[in-house]
Amino acid sequence: MRRVLAHVGLSAGALIMLYPLLWMLTASLRPNTEIFSHPGLIPEHPTLGNYALGWSSTGTNFGVYIMNSLIICAAVVIGNVLTCSLTAYAFARMTFVGRKTLFGLMLATIMLPGHVTLIAQYSIFRKLDWIDTFWPMIVPSFLATDAFFVFLMVQFIRSIPVELDDAARIDGCGYWGIYRRIILPLLSPALVTTAIFSFIWTWNNFFSQLIYLSTRTKLTVPVALRGFLDATGSSEWGALFAMSVITLVPVVVVFVVFQRRILAGMAHTGLK
Amino acid sequence: MIARLRQSLPAYLFLLPWLIGVLGLTIGPMLLSLYYSFTDYALLNTPEWTGLHNYTALFQDSRYLHSLRVTFIYVGVSVPLEMTFALAVAVLLNRGLKGLAVYRALYYVPSLLGGSVAIALLWQQIFGSDGLLNQFLGLFGIQGHGWISEPGTALWTLIVLRVWQFGAPMVIFLAGLRQIPDDVLEAAEVDGAGRWQRFWRVTLPLLSPVVFFNLVLQIIGAFQAFTPAFVISGGKGGPSDSTLFYTLYLYQQAFGNFRMGYAAAMAWVLLLIIAVFTGLNFVLGRTWVFYGDEGVRR
Repeated sequence: MRRVLAHVGLSAGALIMLYPLLWMLTASLRPNTEIFSHPGLIPEHPTLGNYALGWSSTGTNFGVYIMNSLIICAAVVIGNVLTCSLTAYAFARMTFVGRKTLFGLMLATIMLPGHVTLIAQYSIFRKLDWIDTFWPMIVPSFLATDAFFVFLMVQFIRSIPVELDDAARIDGCGYWGIYRRIILPLLSPALVTTAIFSFIWTWNNFFSQLIYLSTRTKLTVPVALRGFLDATGSSEWGALFAMSVITLVPVVVVFVVFQRRILAGMAHTGLK
Repeated sequence: MIARLRQSLPAYLFLLPWLIGVLGLTIGPMLLSLYYSFTDYALLNTPEWTGLHNYTALFQDSRYLHSLRVTFIYVGVSVPLEMTFALAVAVLLNRGLKGLAVYRALYYVPSLLGGSVAIALLWQQIFGSDGLLNQFLGLFGIQGHGWISEPGTALWTLIVLRVWQFGAPMVIFLAGLRQIPDDVLEAAEVDGAGRWQRFWRVTLPLLSPVVFFNLVLQIIGAFQAFTPAFVISGGKGGPSDSTLFYTLYLYQQAFGNFRMGYAAAMAWVLLLIIAVFTGLNFVLGRTWVFYGDEGVRR
């Protein structure tokens, strides 16, 4: 009996939590006049018209924004996986002068609010003539600036037996060989986690894309979506919801496919 | 010494990207923005040294002080609520119910999407005067209210948005609960401890490092919230500055008014505030965080 009650309560809770999302999905399938008529979920006159309208109503095909976001996301994923693993390998397996200090510095940057570097980074990127290009979003990921991922990988590498390194060394591997042939393959669960979170966070990232991008054809999905209101006026709620749904789909798909990895990755951060 | 440095060389080669990043994108910009914070700098001019002027001006700027207040209310209300929900649902889910994985995934979805512009736009609609919430209230004959357009309630819609995302700390709590050995709880039960006693006296102390971890992270994150306030208020922080988050005001000063020095000073004060809160957490944490048992590793 208790169990049934718990299930009823938990299901009701989940429904309340997810109701706004479900409602947005169905609202995107309704004509504008119907959206505000009642709070139910079933569209009376379902239509895909909002999607057609929204796709091109900012003057630029929405596919352009999606492509821009995908380019930035792909680059960030590659950058983070590559450079964070190099950094993590050095911290986890190599001895060098200043190791402790630098490791402490790396940990400290995890908690550092990005605003402290924001203004100076902006002026540096401006001097490099990188404003209104993708570089300010991409380059930092190739310099292992997301210390959270470095930390995640350091923890993971520490759980790989050192004996494997020693065996590889006897077989004639240097540091690079060990990294390339032993660590990288065994690290792949952490690399996948890093890739997934890099993708989701970059896809959703609004702030840096807002301040660095201005040309309409260079905009990314979040910035374009936010500009949608200005372009169409707030009357086109159906089209706005349709485009909102499109921007959420990649994240939802990644979540459904990698659900276990994502939840385990989250849990991992709290325990080690 | 030279020999040791030579031995270190391979490691530094591996660390090269990170070293460039930490010097060029973290430490360098930190120092540079510290310098800017003592100058009058509008991006196109050379920074002009003004000493402490930006800092003293901050604390005479009523909008700044207001943004500070708004942010404190937001952090102070949303974080405890979010943590309470996260812990309560985690405990409910941790009783060997079937379908745990499904619930866990469903409750986590809002955390995954919550920071996106799409959700902020959705929120704007839900709490608008003819939005979803008022349609529901209308079913019960309750007169609606312009939740987002009224200064008295706008901030609360943003607090609700954050609390809605309790799934992320919940997942971490669940993992922590799983580390608590069953025999400890069984022993307490044998000793006659009731459900509540077991929770307060056994589960919570053993979980306290995880509570602490979540608390620190959530506070740091909440202080930096930006996207929902920006999107919902159209970048203005309205109505009547009721959603003027700290970071939103910083954005307005830097990229609206090009007062880069002023914004840099704001960023440094934010760093100080976050450092103080984190430090305070660590100091107070000693009184309630319990690291004694092998069941909970840190």
